[in-house]
Amino acid sequence: MTALPSVEDIKAQIEAGVPGAAVTVIPNGSPSAQHSLQLDREHAVAVAIFLRDHAELRLDYCSLVTGVDWLDTETSEKIKVKKVVDGVESEVDEVRKTKVPGYLEAVYHLFSMEKKHGPVILRLRTANRTDQTHVPSLTPVWRSAEFQEREAFDLYGIVFDGHSDLRRILMWDGFVDHPMRKDYVPPADDLLHPGVHA
Amino acid sequence: MADDLKELKIELSKNGIFTTTLEEIYNWGRKNSVWPLTFGLACCAIEMIATTMARYDLARFGAEVFRPSPRQADLIIVSGTVTKKMAPQVVRLYNQMPEPKYVIAMGACAISGGPFRDGYNVLKGIDRYIPVDVHIPGCPPRPEALIHAFMTLQKKIDAQHISGADRPRHLQADQPSEFPVPSFGPHGLEPAQNDEVFVAALNNPLKVIQ
Repeated sequence: MTALPSVEDIKAQIEAGVPGAAVTVIPNGSPSAQHSLQLDREHAVAVAIFLRDHAELRLDYCSLVTGVDWLDTETSEKIKVKKVVDGVESEVDEVRKTKVPGYLEAVYHLFSMEKKHGPVILRLRTANRTDQTHVPSLTPVWRSAEFQEREAFDLYGIVFDGHSDLRRILMWDGFVDHPMRKDYVPPADDLLHPGVHA
Repeated sequence: MADDLKELKIELSKNGIFTTTLEEIYNWGRKNSVWPLTFGLACCAIEMIATTMARYDLARFGAEVFRPSPRQADLIIVSGTVTKKMAPQVVRLYNQMPEPKYVIAMGACAISGGPFRDGYNVLKGIDRYIPVDVHIPGCPPRPEALIHAFMTLQKKIDAQHISGADRPRHLQADQPSEFPVPSFGPHGLEPAQNDEVFVAALNNPLKVIQ
């Protein structure tokens, strides 16, 4: 068993091995300290192949793919603005709100069967959660991702470009919603007992 | 039956003469040979299987012959979570059973959706689509509870009249034997319930049979 390099080391190796790849370390503050690596969509497949074939890392096994739905958020901050009030210039507090658009995220957990180490956690993010919900598929790199990417497509609506057979896997084909999204609302008549609930 | 007739019947049987009515012997035969469908959906099915095994021995009640075909079954035990994807198949199996046929909804999921009621994928009770004769609460119900439900069903069969306005559904030509199979819609099952079955059941509240 070989010790897995730290995420910062892996990030440096990726950036050295795959020119142009933008890798961001997402720290995990919990005691598990499972920090993850966010990849840019353009280089994700090249980075995945690099991690799989790297002589020391040999991350040959993708054990888990899942989705996360991050809603649009709003942050507010107080800033001091100079304003002219009644001919006198003074500093006034103003609250500035910024909308942070949400996104959908695909999470991959990678292990190495050969080196017996892991996990390395990858994250891919979509541009937003409405009309640009595409990320590259890593199924061509790890075959085990096939059904789980289909599940994330089914339940979150993440479209995996390059997936060989991207169909719904749990819900039926005619279903249009993505039930694991945070803003999913089940059909109303489904919840009511006619005659009991008005 | 009038009391004096009952006494006469007892008196005759003491002298070695057996008398009965057509209704009595018909129901006696039916209630003691209810053949369930080999059909399990979730963890409740494990309890159902245990009920048929030596320790609980459902064979004592004449129901040991679990049939692998709905064409030969009298009873469907809906044992477990009915997902929306499975619901049309459950209704279709019920439709394929010959009359007279009975339904036991076993466990919290089958009667209401149970712990998965607020989920997007689970049907909130099979009584939305088919008429249920006996509901068993529990998660999962123990084999004793299933046996109790089975004995309740036997009592129900025994009390059915073969003539008169209150005769059971299978003896009324204008009553349906098959029920509409729900289809997969864009947001869920369509229709969300069969009003004829579901609202009728709500207007006729559940009776606790001792």
